[in-house]
Amino acid sequence: MLRLPPFEVAEPTTVAEATRILKERPGARAMAGGTDLLPNMKHEITTPGLVVGLWGIPGLRGVTLDGGHLKIGALSSLHALSEDPLIRAHLPSLAEAVGQIAGPQLRRMGTIGGNVCLDTRCVYINQTYFWRQALGFCLKKDGTVCHVVKGGRRCVAAASNDSAPVLMSLDATLKLESAEGTRIVPIDDFYDSDGVFNQQRRPDELLTEISVPLPKPGTIAAYTKLRTRAAIDFPELGVAVLAERAEGLVERIEVCVTALAARPVRVPLPLEALKGRPLDAALIDQVAAEAYRRCKPLKNIATEPAYRREMVPVFVRRAFRLALARASA
Amino acid sequence: MKQLVAFEINGDPVEVAAPVHHTLLEVLRYGLGLTGSKQGCDKGDCGACTVLVDGQPVLSCLTLAVAARGKQVVTIEGLAKNGRLDPVQDAFDRCGALQCGFCQSGMMISARALLNEHPCPTREQTKLALSGNLCRCTGYTKIFEAVDAAALQEADPKA
Ligand SMILES: Cc1cc2nc3c(=O)[nH]c(=O)nc-3n(C[C@H](O)[C@H](O)[C@H](O)COP(=O)(O)OP(=O)(O)OC[C@H]3O[C@@H](n4cnc5c(N)ncnc54)[C@H](O)[C@@H]3O)c2cc1C
Ligand code: SF4
Ligand code: FES
Ligand code: FES
Repeated sequence: MLRLPPFEVAEPTTVAEATRILKERPGARAMAGGTDLLPNMKHEITTPGLVVGLWGIPGLRGVTLDGGHLKIGALSSLHALSEDPLIRAHLPSLAEAVGQIAGPQLRRMGTIGGNVCLDTRCVYINQTYFWRQALGFCLKKDGTVCHVVKGGRRCVAAASNDSAPVLMSLDATLKLESAEGTRIVPIDDFYDSDGVFNQQRRPDELLTEISVPLPKPGTIAAYTKLRTRAAIDFPELGVAVLAERAEGLVERIEVCVTALAARPVRVPLPLEALKGRPLDAALIDQVAAEAYRRCKPLKNIATEPAYRREMVPVFVRRAFRLALARASA
Repeated sequence: MKQLVAFEINGDPVEVAAPVHHTLLEVLRYGLGLTGSKQGCDKGDCGACTVLVDGQPVLSCLTLAVAARGKQVVTIEGLAKNGRLDPVQDAFDRCGALQCGFCQSGMMISARALLNEHPCPTREQTKLALSGNLCRCTGYTKIFEAVDAAALQEADPKA
């Protein structure tokens, strides 16, 4: 039995009311589905005095096509997005990623906003208070050392959200609203490499909408996920790929990875050397080798880093094969 | 701090004074005495606490009781109607789809949700629908067979 420590709950019915409460009550925390926040509160990794439940705010659910952009409401459930006709038609790699998050019940409870704002994860932190106390606390909460990087001064807990690398490959922007106003942040700039809190979002800011430009015709994309079981488990490695082609020749290629470091990463690729070539096995192998060279997983989650690293090129190749197969289907 | 929370439980209206930091599972088990929903991991991993909220299978261990306000909640206690087992319960019994039984209330709720949406599920649909419910005893095969049997019985009650 894991009890929640006591806290208060506010149930605002508008974004303005929610952001006002968040501003007035430092230490308050927004909650959408609660599927990340509540386990973390049960483990006393997060201990807000006030939970600001977003479930009563209308108008933040659903997908619309608006001026060449798909606008996704932050409170849309993962399940709804995985089945949404617009998402499936235009952003199949996003449907693929959210459809593989957790299990069926959690996909109905969990939201895309909560997924983008997911807390980082580490084998030494996602444990009960008792367990963490027995080992000795760490930098992320209550302590001064890191158990992953001995002598490390920076937490390297893993960004573990499946949607993030896909949204990055799709050039998504995030709408952040607060009592101070609204700002639009490209997803690459939203994340930081500090595992204690890996986001540029202020505690009083709400993510209300995710906007994704419609991919150019002929774009292919896919997401592949390494995990021990085919359900429930968080990613041990997540790979999103995207390629834009004109007349069969590569114009742009993206590989974004998650679950390796504290932030999702856009792998730097030598685009000039790849442009203008067909997307064949040789090119895919070259991209896979480049991703392997760039990705150096840490011992932050239970699965061996050496194994996860070896899987990087395998999952890059699988993702491109999946994307190509979908395009020709 | 407590709040009055009114919702519908297995077809009946209830109003409970729930501490706001209590989960729906705690209110069901310790407030209403409905101990059919199991407290397994209490953190979203196992599915033993699965209930239907407005027809959707969700985990009651990660649902705040106050968030159930105004909703229709169905637990394993609400599946049987007028003294007759739900076809899912009957099929799980006939097929021997349980051993220790700890996972069963959550498993049958997920199965019920599946059949409500897909009366004739494929084996793939069944596996996916039950993939958030862990069973440490059965090896799942008899559970899948029970879902098929329940689907068959609902399609043709005389069969
Ligand atoms: C057993 C289990 C398995 C899981 N497996 C996976 C997995 O495979 N992949 C994966 O990616 N996730 C997984 N999750 C995590 C989680 O279920 C999902 O990431 C889900 O999308 C989180 O959404 P939520 O609405 O429940 O978030 P919440 O728990 O409500 O919030 C998560 C965080 O985001 C903040 N937040 C939420 N919404 C907003 C908003 N609109 N604006 C600002 N801040 C906000 C909250 O303050 C909190 O810090 C798993 C969880 C469990 C319990
Ligand atoms: S990476 Fe280090 S500091 Fe961060 S959670 Fe893990 S052990 Fe703690
Ligand atoms: S008790 Fe709720 S998922 Fe295990
Ligand atoms: S019957 Fe024992 S856990 Fe499923």
